[in-house]
Amino acid sequence: MSISKEQVAKIATLSRLSLEEDKLDQFTGQLSSILQYMEKLNELETTDVEPLYSPVEQTTVLREDVVEKKFKREELLANAPEDDGQYFIVPRII
Amino acid sequence: MELAFKTLTRIRDILSRKEASVEEVVNACLQVIEKTEPELNALITTCAEEAIEQARQMDNQGPDPEKPLWGVPVVIKDVIATKGIRTTCASKILENFVPCYDATLVEKLKQAGCIILGKTNMDEFAMGSSTENSAFGPTKNPYDLTRVPGGSSGGSAASVAAAQAFASVGTDTGGSIRQPAGFCGIVGLKPTYGRVSRFGLIAYGSSLDQAGPMTRTVRDAALMLQVIAGHDPKDSTSSPEDVPDYVQTLQKANDLKGIRLGYPVEYWEKGLSPEVKDCCEQALNKARELGAEIIPISIKHTPYAIATYYIIAMAEASSNLARYDGVRFGFRDKEATELLEMYLNSRSKGFGEEVKRRIMLGTYVLSAGYYDAYYKKAAQVRRLIRQDFLDALKACDLICAPVAPTTAFKLGENIDDPLQMYLTDIFTISLNLTGLPGMTLPVGLGQETNMPVGMQFFGPAFGEEIIFQVCHVLEQALQGPGLPHVLKDEG
Repeated sequence: MSISKEQVAKIATLSRLSLEEDKLDQFTGQLSSILQYMEKLNELETTDVEPLYSPVEQTTVLREDVVEKKFKREELLANAPEDDGQYFIVPRII
Repeated sequence: MELAFKTLTRIRDILSRKEASVEEVVNACLQVIEKTEPELNALITTCAEEAIEQARQMDNQGPDPEKPLWGVPVVIKDVIATKGIRTTCASKILENFVPCYDATLVEKLKQAGCIILGKTNMDEFAMGSSTENSAFGPTKNPYDLTRVPGGSSGGSAASVAAAQAFASVGTDTGGSIRQPAGFCGIVGLKPTYGRVSRFGLIAYGSSLDQAGPMTRTVRDAALMLQVIAGHDPKDSTSSPEDVPDYVQTLQKANDLKGIRLGYPVEYWEKGLSPEVKDCCEQALNKARELGAEIIPISIKHTPYAIATYYIIAMAEASSNLARYDGVRFGFRDKEATELLEMYLNSRSKGFGEEVKRRIMLGTYVLSAGYYDAYYKKAAQVRRLIRQDFLDALKACDLICAPVAPTTAFKLGENIDDPLQMYLTDIFTISLNLTGLPGMTLPVGLGQETNMPVGMQFFGPAFGEEIIFQVCHVLEQALQGPGLPHVLKDEG
């Protein structure tokens, strides 16, 4: 299946990416040929095949849900692009 | 500098017997780094001062018999979180990210006495097969600087091959340990999914990712896996299965009598370069001489593996990489005045091209109306591929496969055509879909390019022991790839 430039622009927005005009053209071509290649899977009849989403099919081992205090606030804010010592700061929302 | 050329096992013994100090060993590695790094670019971050400081402290305290890797310098792929050491994923978006915690496997390496000497270069977020998709520039192959080291753990492979460190831990989502190991003439193991904790491994494809050792010998890989394997309460997909004594298991292996090696006909019939085919066939002949039986088998869904893999990997990537929004960590476009604009600009300026392509394709295959046609379909074919492997492993003990259709290709050769690059992953990607373990063993130099050729050995779930045994026996019987070009004058 080929994909249109408008579709690519829409996917970019859904992905929270903005693409320059020339990139949009380039990606349209590339994404189309990749998706076309993926069509190959339609050659296979899979109606009765259960999807395999993870190689671990047995029940995963869960730990007790216990709250632990492992890090100081400063440590967790240390990588923030902007903070006020208490919170992460973002541009105005409303 | 000679100390740096020893194997991990050997240097560990030298250190524990105090035949060399930790500081001497660290300095030997740093000298190699100083000599080779300007050409290779295998490391994103080098921790020279910290390593020397730590070495001095360890020398003062003396060897600790409780620590199996006491004083051994290693390098870690930059997708694995290291407390206090910047961890970039070779992306501009994490250029200044300094984790406040260690990945579980890093914690285990430190507890075993390892010194973290640096963080290795890679394709951005582990997306690539050549280490050309790095925001820090490409890594070169130590055997030929005009060629790629493979990827995405290309920095790890180049670093270990060039003796900058005794081992590395890489990650493998679709061949990212095994393919660069093959291209750089070293050993690389992708353990069974769940064998090594993924806590602190920055996620790309969560149902495919697995960390594993990259070393110069099979014994070294066994020693590394021994340390990093095991259940971790912080990773619910890590396995509670006991960790066997992998190093001990090698003592039992002297020949290959009674071993059945499966030879998937689909992998060998076409598309393989003559030099790769020659080298692998010679290795199989050697295995036969040592007593192994070579059995043709079929992995009949092989032609569908690349499409299946990329749909699943991209879907998981688009979801995993949604967290890079410029809010809590990572790059933010400071000029944005409004929230959506900040998301768009931070991500667009922070991510490289291949990462954007995969996020977008992943978003597409998961979007309403396409989910069943792509993602669910791929998950169904994934089960068929796994069944092929499980059936094949009833008829043989291990499956043998080439690592890639060719030896290391030239820089720039495939970079402008993403689909062409994906197609080079044909022999490695199926394994991640199945969750089974597999290892690359160097089997010689190609006659045409004079570059290393690797062969893979796939085993049953949690069958790392038999993989180690067979590869260890074969390794003794085969000629290694020799010193890489960047070290030639060191003899």
